[in-house]
Amino acid sequence: MSGKSIFKKVYFSNIILGLFISLFSFSAWANEPAAAEATEHAPQQEEKFDAGKMILHHIADEHEWHFFTIGHFHATIPLPCIVYTESAGLQVFSSSNFKNEHHEEVPYQGLKLEHGKIHAENGETVYDISITKNVASLLLSAVLLLSIFIGIGKTYKENPHRAPKGIQSLFEPIIIFVRDEIAKNNIGEKHYRRFMPYLLTVFFFIWFNNMLGLIPGGANVTGNIAVTAVMAIIAFFVTNLNGKATYWTHVFAMPGVPKWMLIIMTPVEIVGVFMKPFSLMVRLFANMTAGHIILLSLVSLIFIFENAALGIAVVPFSLFMNVIELIVAFIQAFIFTMLVSTYIGAAIEEHHH
Amino acid sequence: MELITPDFGLIFWQILVFGILFFLLAKFAWKPIIQSLHEREESIDQAIKLSEETKKEMAELKAGNEQLLVSARAERDALIKQAKEAADAMISQAKLDAQTAANQEIEKARVAFEQEKVAAVASIRKEAASLSLDLAEKVLKSQLKDKAAQEKLVSEWIADVTLK
Repeated sequence: MSGKSIFKKVYFSNIILGLFISLFSFSAWANEPAAAEATEHAPQQEEKFDAGKMILHHIADEHEWHFFTIGHFHATIPLPCIVYTESAGLQVFSSSNFKNEHHEEVPYQGLKLEHGKIHAENGETVYDISITKNVASLLLSAVLLLSIFIGIGKTYKENPHRAPKGIQSLFEPIIIFVRDEIAKNNIGEKHYRRFMPYLLTVFFFIWFNNMLGLIPGGANVTGNIAVTAVMAIIAFFVTNLNGKATYWTHVFAMPGVPKWMLIIMTPVEIVGVFMKPFSLMVRLFANMTAGHIILLSLVSLIFIFENAALGIAVVPFSLFMNVIELIVAFIQAFIFTMLVSTYIGAAIEEHHH
Repeated sequence: MELITPDFGLIFWQILVFGILFFLLAKFAWKPIIQSLHEREESIDQAIKLSEETKKEMAELKAGNEQLLVSARAERDALIKQAKEAADAMISQAKLDAQTAANQEIEKARVAFEQEKVAAVASIRKEAASLSLDLAEKVLKSQLKDKAAQEKLVSEWIADVTLK
């Protein structure tokens, strides 16, 4: 009964979310006529709507959290910049310092913001660990994950033998799914428990961030190569540091293969060791970024053809794509966790042929 | 190109955030969750096993009871049969005994009767003999009053004797 209602709720919230994103996309591009208006005063700077530039801007990281712009009103949250340079040391200031009252980019304390990157005016290296939009979203997802799962953990601790209740019953099937279908199947009954915390963290981290990325105005965290690269590097270490003798013999001296073949096989296997996490990195990054690009492109069509009537076709289709993206958000989290656990399973396997 | 160039800042934060997240979740969320899920499954499993065992025991007990009942019934039947046989044997023995006793009585009676008969016959004979002797005496006495008659008699006897 409650399961059904939850399903219904989720179902409707998907539709509402889809509508939201479609509407948001409208408002996001509502600044284009305004921009055109602004350029009337400076006709030499006249620029047409550039879908590619806009999309890349939306999927990229930025130093402020930009929601929408209507006319001259910019709905943005300035974020803290944390910058280290050799001459000035560690500096912490608001990203709003890079914008003047006309919303134009200006230098601040010998630093300037160009194309979303902070450069020093004197050309020295800048170590930028600012809380960018992605980092802010990352922290938000971390807070969300911690509050939800530590809360659930407490409920489990208090009454371990009771049937799950509330939010606990939403996540329990997913936790059991990760345990039984992903960890147990690929790692094996004997060792799976050791890797459960890692796999669950990876799964829920990716899933939550994928979902947060779909919220209008959300950041494209899991579609950022830096994030997926770190995830892949962690997966690489988890896999290879747990590698048993059988795994390494398969890499360096594949059994049952003629000796001369090893000249070819061993380099291929070594490349494979690095290729596995590399594919993890690219897969998650490309899937999430592609999803965002498709959604943004669909809505851009209206502005490319400058025809609002196109919305009749675009809105249902972008709604459809949004629902697909919600599924993809889960599937990508599942695939990443699944593949990591198959790599771990292969690394710790100890039987002989 | 910018899209596939990882940012130093984001790498730094991702390592930090993911590391802290992993540490905290592993300690305060995943450990109790996995542990209690495991415990709950174990306890459900045990409960099911116990109920199955109990069911099996009950079935065994029932089967035992039935067997007991069957054997008791068989024993009862055997006892009844035995008793009946004993009774029959006793009856037939009694009959036989009675028959034998009766036969003996009859035999005794017959023997006694025979003896009585023999005795009676003997006494009758004796009586008859004495009677006939008396009679003969009287007849002789009357007939042998004259000589002629005596002689005639003697001659007849002699005649008889020779005849025999």
